[in-house]
Amino acid sequence: MLKQTEGSKAVAEAIALCRPEVICAYPISPQTHIVEALGEMVKSGELPKCEFINVESEFAAMSVAIGSSAAGARSYTATASQGLLFMVEAVYNASGLGLPIVMTVANRAIGAPINIWNDHSDSLSQRDSGWMQLFAETNQEAVDLHIQAFKLAEELSMPIMVCMDGFILTHAFERVDIPSQEQVDAYLPPFDPRQMLDPAEPISIGAMVGPEAFMEVKYLAHAKQLQALELIPQLAAEFKQTFGRDSGGLVRTYRADDAETMIVAMGSVLGTIKDVVDEMREQGHKVGVLGIISYRPFPLQQVREALVNCKRFLVLEKSLAVGMGGIVATDVRMAVRGTGLKGYTAIAGLGGRPIPKTSLHKLFLEAEQESLEPVTFVDLDWDAVNKQLERERQNRHSGPIAENMLHDKGMSTAAKFG
Amino acid sequence: MGFQTVKFYQTGTFTVGNRLLAPDERSVQAGEMRSNSISSGHRACQGCGEALGARYAIDAAMAESNGQLIAANATGCLEVFSTPYPESSWQVPWIHSLFGNAPAVATGIAAALKVKGKHDVRVVAQGGDGGTTDIGFGCLSGMFERNDDVLYICYDNEAYMNTGVQRSSATPPAARTATTMPVGNEPGNVFGQGKNLPEIAMAHGIPYVATATVADLRDLEYKVRKAMKIRGARYIQIFVPCPLGWGTASDATILMARLAKETGTFPVFEAEYGEVTGVLKIRNKLPVEEYLKPQKRFAHLFGKHAHPEMIARLQAIADRNIRKYGLLQDQES
Repeated sequence: MLKQTEGSKAVAEAIALCRPEVICAYPISPQTHIVEALGEMVKSGELPKCEFINVESEFAAMSVAIGSSAAGARSYTATASQGLLFMVEAVYNASGLGLPIVMTVANRAIGAPINIWNDHSDSLSQRDSGWMQLFAETNQEAVDLHIQAFKLAEELSMPIMVCMDGFILTHAFERVDIPSQEQVDAYLPPFDPRQMLDPAEPISIGAMVGPEAFMEVKYLAHAKQLQALELIPQLAAEFKQTFGRDSGGLVRTYRADDAETMIVAMGSVLGTIKDVVDEMREQGHKVGVLGIISYRPFPLQQVREALVNCKRFLVLEKSLAVGMGGIVATDVRMAVRGTGLKGYTAIAGLGGRPIPKTSLHKLFLEAEQESLEPVTFVDLDWDAVNKQLERERQNRHSGPIAENMLHDKGMSTAAKFG
Repeated sequence: MGFQTVKFYQTGTFTVGNRLLAPDERSVQAGEMRSNSISSGHRACQGCGEALGARYAIDAAMAESNGQLIAANATGCLEVFSTPYPESSWQVPWIHSLFGNAPAVATGIAAALKVKGKHDVRVVAQGGDGGTTDIGFGCLSGMFERNDDVLYICYDNEAYMNTGVQRSSATPPAARTATTMPVGNEPGNVFGQGKNLPEIAMAHGIPYVATATVADLRDLEYKVRKAMKIRGARYIQIFVPCPLGWGTASDATILMARLAKETGTFPVFEAEYGEVTGVLKIRNKLPVEEYLKPQKRFAHLFGKHAHPEMIARLQAIADRNIRKYGLLQDQES
């Protein structure tokens, strides 16, 4: 059913259609509207046979999900940013135990300085946690990916994060097609766990494993993700059969056929990028787009195939590997190793910094002209940065960086508006 | 308290012969139907109080739940000695997740059972004192506050034994651990404010809180069985001496637990909805020296460089327990 609705509300409805049995909720912006809506649905009876548990921390949220999943209940939670970091020990544990928990990550920056706005630092910090990570471009895709995620997670008995840009998607009202319960039931079978705590067949889960088997257990987690590379396109195809629309898959290209310059990105920024590419195409620039939906497992082969015929690519990412450059870019470069392609990295939108079309237009032209530095920081205020660096050279007690930055920015804004 | 009247008593040994009792009064552990939830062959140290306490507690919980039990376990000695890959001592469905999350994992299990309508299957969570009073404290308090249907059992041996005897917030003042060495003017652990978890549990107003020791195993079984009759959050702290960490003889585990109780150092009581409803009286009050002296972790309080003032402070703590809980025979509790 078509609806004009908030992204979070749409995701909550999608989760409810998946018939979750245990939902653990702890508030953190910008995911709160999702669990608030689910809590109301459980309480009103709209979502029956579901336990909604208000826990005392994100660490507890994931721990409760571990217990409920191990006891055979379809389990869901949502988090973001500091919350994801607070639950990290349990995040690794859930994947290590092979429990198919689905979690929404409403992507948000990580402090300090504390910042509630969107970038991809949070879930990307869990790159190696053993969780799969699917990135939604739109709210429609966020809805659809959640439905696919339960099926994928439960088939492989491994957990999945469905990542959607905080505020940009979670709080955006747009048209979303919410599927019917019959459609979702036809697509997603009831949870049939591969392992379950059951007095009828007592098993031990989470035993101590030494050097004699640890590597094999870890390799199997890797093998599961390699299986996911096969399964994700299949599930997207089945999804299209049932729901009648393309959603999910490993990667998606846009105007890429004859592109000489390819822009690679994840999440909602792909919309802005496509608009800029449309404009540049009208001006005769051969620019195309590669959107990565599955960040983990990383589809090396599909990324390579999508890029191998271009001349250069630019990875635009909302994340920063401090002391190194790009996080996604590193993976993309791995995918195209040996091709001799020129690759550039652009770090953009950290902490919710707007990524305007004018900045992208300029950036893509520079990429096309191959005049970019290997790593570019889009719309960075170099004056503010240099001022702080100079301050630190001049004064041993230069004070807290973030506060200095705010002070300088305040001064410059004040000067601008006189 | 839940003792049957002792009809046949061997003075001085505290032993009750099960053969002399009516079948329904016999202990779970003495019964031929005991579940052997933790089978033998595990790797606990000789004289391990925790292995003994866990065996009695889980078998009692199994008896009361008709074998319909799931256990969640915090990281610690019990987890490590019972499940070295590929062996497991557990004859109950058992999960170990992390050090600090056993109460939350148990909450999740209880929620899954509820939603699936498996009301007859019950949940216990268990951990050592480090996993309970320190790193798992947040999750434990959350589980209490929500009154989730979980019995949490803390096996209290008063330090992080699994990692090599470091101090926890359950370590008593003056005790030597690897991180509170017997050096300086006040050797051993500091005289802090303490962290009385049974009382903290009672402050949550949960239906049932109890303490027990491995010296009074009938009492321990009674409390576990009683706890299993109740729905909601329940907490039992079992005092389990550790020969390795305390520097006591491996055949002195029961004795040490008894001395802890008989000196008033470890008050044994039960409480419902935040109110103390029963105490296990001291039979033969002893000075704390009797309890401290056999333990190498308190050796620096005695001998050439003795610290009688520190012993006096420990005696004062025991005396306060005795007053507060009414632990003497003629006291009202």
